Parts: sequence; C-alpha cells; structure tokens
Amino acid sequence: MTRLSHLRRGALALALLPALAGAQTMLDLQKSSIVAGFKQMGVPLDGKFKQFALDMQFDPAQPAQTKVRIDVNMNSFDIGDESYNKEVRSKTWFNAAGFPKATFVSSAVRQTAPGRYLVDGQLSIKGATSQVSIPVQMSQNANVLTFDGTLPIKRLQFHIGEQEWKDTSLVADEVTLKFRLVTTGK
Amino acid sequence: MKPRQPDHSSTAATTYPRTSIVLHWLGALLVAGCFALGLVMTDIPGLTPTKLKYFSWHKWIGLTVLLTLLPRVLWRLLHASPAMPAGMARWQQRAAHLTHLALYALLVAVPVSGLLFSQAAGVPVVLFGVLPIPAIVAPDAQLKVLLRSLHWIFNYSLLCLVCLHLLAVIKHQFINRDGLLARMLPFLQRPPSSR
Repeated sequence: MTRLSHLRRGALALALLPALAGAQTMLDLQKSSIVAGFKQMGVPLDGKFKQFALDMQFDPAQPAQTKVRIDVNMNSFDIGDESYNKEVRSKTWFNAAGFPKATFVSSAVRQTAPGRYLVDGQLSIKGATSQVSIPVQMSQNANVLTFDGTLPIKRLQFHIGEQEWKDTSLVADEVTLKFRLVTTGK
Repeated sequence: MKPRQPDHSSTAATTYPRTSIVLHWLGALLVAGCFALGLVMTDIPGLTPTKLKYFSWHKWIGLTVLLTLLPRVLWRLLHASPAMPAGMARWQQRAAHLTHLALYALLVAVPVSGLLFSQAAGVPVVLFGVLPIPAIVAPDAQLKVLLRSLHWIFNYSLLCLVCLHLLAVIKHQFINRDGLLARMLPFLQRPPSSR
C-alpha cells in the first residue's frame, strides 16, 4: 500500500471512531446558554456565562451510557455591567482568579420519559462540590439536539458571597441555574 | 375640573386644610430623603451591601411618591387653597400657581424617569421587595443612557424649583411680612387679638 492510502485509511478510521464510541456531540456556543437567576432584595436578575465547554457522549438509543462533562469559565460571567462583573469575579463571590472553572461531571443518566432524562453527577464550584440530580428535556430537529434544564442551588453551599454578603436578605441563597445546550452530533 | 377659586371673604380659611398640610410635609420629607439617598448612593464605588440597600430604598421611596401623587392631586383640586395674601401682585400670584404646577409635574416626571431608567438598565423594580412593577420598557442600552440623563435633568429642575419655592417663602415671611408661611405652618399664625 502507498503512504497516501495508509493515511486515507487512518483518516477514515478516525472519522468512524465517534460513531463507534457512541455519538460525540459538538456544542453550538452561540445558540447555547447557561444563566444564573437570583434575587437581590426581591428583585430578580439574570447573569449569563458566555464561555463554557461541553464534552458529551450521548446515544438516544442507549441513554444510560451517556457521559457528560461541562466546564464553565467563571471569568465569562456577565450581569450587564462591567463594574458589577468585576465585583462578582472577586474573592468574596466567585474568586474567579483562584477557581477559574466550574464543572459538572455526570455519574449516571437514566431516561424518565420520551425525551426526558435525569442526570446525576457532581457539581464543583469554587472548590466546593455537591452531588446533584438534574432533570433534562431533550428536543430534536434533524441532527440538532437541544438539552434544556434547570438546577436550583444554594450559593452559600459553594461559599459564593462571603463575609458581609452572606446576608441572604441582600442576595437570596437560592440561585437557579438555567441551561440550554444546543448540540450537533453523529 | 377647575380648581375651586380662593375664598376672599373675611371668614375664609387662612391656613391650608389639615390634610393638605400633612401631605405637604410628608411629601417634602420623602422627596428630600429620596434625593439625599440618590446623591449618596451614586457616590459609593463598586458594589457594597450599603449601596444595594440605598438603591432599593431610593426606588421604594420614589415609587411611593409617584403612587401617592394621584390622590394628592385630586385632593388639591377638590379643596380650596387659602387666599393669597392681600396686596400680592397678580403676576406673583400667577408665578406661584405656575411654580406649584411645575412642582407637581416634576413629582411625576422624576420617579417615572427613574423607574424607566431602571427597567431600561435591565433591573426590574419590586416595590418594598414584594410587589413587582410591570415592565414598561425592555432592557436597552441607548434608552438607559437617555433615561439616566432625563432622570438627572428632572431631579435638578425639581431642586431649582424647590429653591425658588423656599426663596419665595422667605421673601413673603421676612420682606412682605404677610404671614404666608402660616398657611402651611399653622402654629406660626398670630392669634387675632394680637393684631
């Protein structure tokens, strides 16, 4: 065999690999979103994370085999005002310098209904971890899979808002993480 | 509805009705407090719990002024003011009416511009932290800048008119010596026997 045909075979093998491993998915960052909804003195506000990465192996035919890992860039948080963003990145809040990434790694996935899944896993933010169960809804349009879900968390569990900001009458403890992951796979 | 004409008869009231007096001073207190908070809170750098509280209280007080304004204006239209001091020139009477009208108009324009400013900045307003005010404008960067300027302009116009209002009171009380201030501060009224 010539060198070129070796290369061609190699390339072909690589192209087939994702299909063999169980559909690797690609995230469409533009269409996706991860938003943290919270309340300050009764006023509801949303801040979004503009940068995050998804590493997911998902086969609708074998949901239990799903593996998901999400890495969120804590420096990419945007609440609409740069002076407030800077405050949120500081030590009292995210400490983004010390903990630049928040991650979620799945441990188990099961299907609860057509297009609905329960994803168990570990959420790590600012050095603290928590076992969570996230209900996810999936919708499909051609080869585009969209995963929607919300996860309520308590910010104090992750030491977000320390010292004088521990006061939950200022910023409520409950924070709702709302995500939409738009992926193309297979 | 035309405001009732001032009663010039000798048995006419020489002070405002008690409710008007209460509304006036309460309003003055709320507006002064709100203005002071506005000045202080915008001077705080960064984001502190105090700043957050001041912003919330400022919006709550401003909204209270706005929401109580309609009943106040209705009251004002339905209850005659005491007559202007005798000998007060017509042009001064007209100026007084116009100033009061402008004050009422600004008492609406200031909180409305503030409310819309907050909404355009993407921050909903929730009265006392429990009653959400419906969104009138959507978050919009350009609108936010415009409304911030308007809120500032209306505020300083209000301040100017309040100063004019106070200067007029001083003029009447110490230059004209016509006892005008007693209309709003009845305890200043000279009893009839000392005339």
